[in-house]
Amino acid sequence: MTGGPSFGIGRVRWAWFIVAAVIALLLPAVTNTNTPALLLIWALFALSLGLMWGFAGILSFGHAAYFGLGAYTYAIAAMTVGESTGPLLLAIVLPAAVAAVIGAMMFYGRISDVYMGVITLVVTLILFKFMNATAGDAYRIGSVRLGGFNGIPAFPILNLPGDPNVTAFGTPFYYVVCVALLLCYLLCRWILGSFFGKVLIGIRENESRVELLGYSAPLYKTAIFTISAGMAGLAGCLFANWAEIVTPGVFSLGQSAEVIIWTIVGGLGTLVGPIIGAIVLGFLKLLLGQQTVIDNSLVLGLILVLVVLLLPSGMLPAFSRWRVRRERAVVSRRQASSTRRRRGVRGESGP
Amino acid sequence: MDYAGVVFLEILYMIAFLALISAGLAVVFGMMRVINLAHGEFVMIGGYTTIFCNRAGIDIWFAMLVLAPLVVGILGLLVERIVIRHLYGRMIDTMLATWGLSLLMVGLVTLIFGNTAVSVQAPIQSYQVGAYQMGGYNLFIIAISTLLMLVLWLVLRYTRFGLIARGAMQNADVASSLGYNPQRIYMWTFTAGAALSGLAGGVMAPLTGLLPSSGSLYIAKAFITVITGGAAVISGTLASSIIFGAVNQVVSFGSTPVIGEIAMLALAIILLRLMPQGITGRFFRNST
Repeated sequence: MTGGPSFGIGRVRWAWFIVAAVIALLLPAVTNTNTPALLLIWALFALSLGLMWGFAGILSFGHAAYFGLGAYTYAIAAMTVGESTGPLLLAIVLPAAVAAVIGAMMFYGRISDVYMGVITLVVTLILFKFMNATAGDAYRIGSVRLGGFNGIPAFPILNLPGDPNVTAFGTPFYYVVCVALLLCYLLCRWILGSFFGKVLIGIRENESRVELLGYSAPLYKTAIFTISAGMAGLAGCLFANWAEIVTPGVFSLGQSAEVIIWTIVGGLGTLVGPIIGAIVLGFLKLLLGQQTVIDNSLVLGLILVLVVLLLPSGMLPAFSRWRVRRERAVVSRRQASSTRRRRGVRGESGP
Repeated sequence: MDYAGVVFLEILYMIAFLALISAGLAVVFGMMRVINLAHGEFVMIGGYTTIFCNRAGIDIWFAMLVLAPLVVGILGLLVERIVIRHLYGRMIDTMLATWGLSLLMVGLVTLIFGNTAVSVQAPIQSYQVGAYQMGGYNLFIIAISTLLMLVLWLVLRYTRFGLIARGAMQNADVASSLGYNPQRIYMWTFTAGAALSGLAGGVMAPLTGLLPSSGSLYIAKAFITVITGGAAVISGTLASSIIFGAVNQVVSFGSTPVIGEIAMLALAIILLRLMPQGITGRFFRNST
């Protein structure tokens, strides 16, 4: 941790990873698993955006589209099949496929940041409006009614592959979420450490230079967009299992805004940052939901404005910069005090 | 024949509506390259100002045409001084910060006025077109939107302020070497854009009931109209309003209003893919 640009490709700090995993896996012994499961699902969603935004520099203003597609795909497929393994895979593949088409359209069209923001936002809006308007009997996929504003209730929840009678509910479901998050984290680390990840970070730093070296930036960007959407789809599928109902709310602008806020507050260009951001702010949201004096969106909005103005890189990078500065300050102060034999400086804080 | 008249008037109304709610955003985006995602909330606050001033006994025309732009203009001035001016040149950060502001304003309005719908009676009666009943207020919106576009064009094209503003946007360094402070020009441009949003909100208030979350109804439509229009404030807004308004209403008459809106949004994606610089980035290049 002595400064120098690492571009975020740190190795897995296995000690920290194991500590976090053990805490997460032992949590059910201490507390109810309902809320922690939801927070970890949100963390997975934020991780998917953090991977794409923090490392490839692609910001989607409508990431909820893929989250919602995952949720709806799972619900519809699970009701049709009556079992969960195939629908779970489909809930990853379908959002990824949709993202591949949209991503290819945007990146090969060389559309700039702002226009990309518009397109991703509009895609989410279309899905939101459409799903809200599917109330009638005419809107059905197979035998499943889309249900419009009321959504789709009562679909089969996750079960052991091959055995529909053993379902993951309560603590086992929490473990499923936990393992999914840990695996996705390792997957992200592996991607970033690989050749593919290095090209992506190169694109974030200087796209034309990477292109001049002979790599196709649209190809790499489309690929990471697809992977990120698949991960968001998985989060959506888990969310559907948690809520046991899917409503058009999963596509709402608020959902897209929240995941952006979690990611940027936690820290861009890190993987742990979005996870922590989602857990902390998600918990805050649940706390604020229990009272009626202060509106949740007021607090979230204020946090977003303040972070953009004061800590544009997010909490975690700011924290590690602060720690590096403090360590340096301590070292230089020790040198100063040992050479000049002076005392009493120790109480002051760093520059 | 009557039916054709009704369809024509509805299309005209939709075009006027899009131009009206996009004007404020277009001025800010076209002149300053800032995308204000809190635009919908500016419109919403303009509407609240009109309704609550009217309830306090103030004449509704005065409330919507003078007070709403004034209040929202002052709000815009504050927002520019406190937030936006630190973020010039950082487009994505501006979008994020203004999105935060939009959430913040929704929260504040909910806190103050509560999460209930408020509305006000339209001050113009409806009239007959053959066998159909039409809202007279829609005609007023068509008129005011036309007037607004005309005034905006005259101001930008023929006044000294318009000249200085356009000059500063083209080359801030030259403007500042000629003695005009770009910071100050940006400040007033943003304020003017906010006031236009407030006016739109005030004028639209009698047609739609208002909720704290009403801004999200406007932002998407205004956003696609302005971005698809491109950098030229007036010709861009007009061109995309005409395209989107016509498509929305024609498809709506053929199916349902929701499908009409989805058609409009899908068209926006296609147009942006074909013309990444907007309509005026490709056609009418030298227009205002």
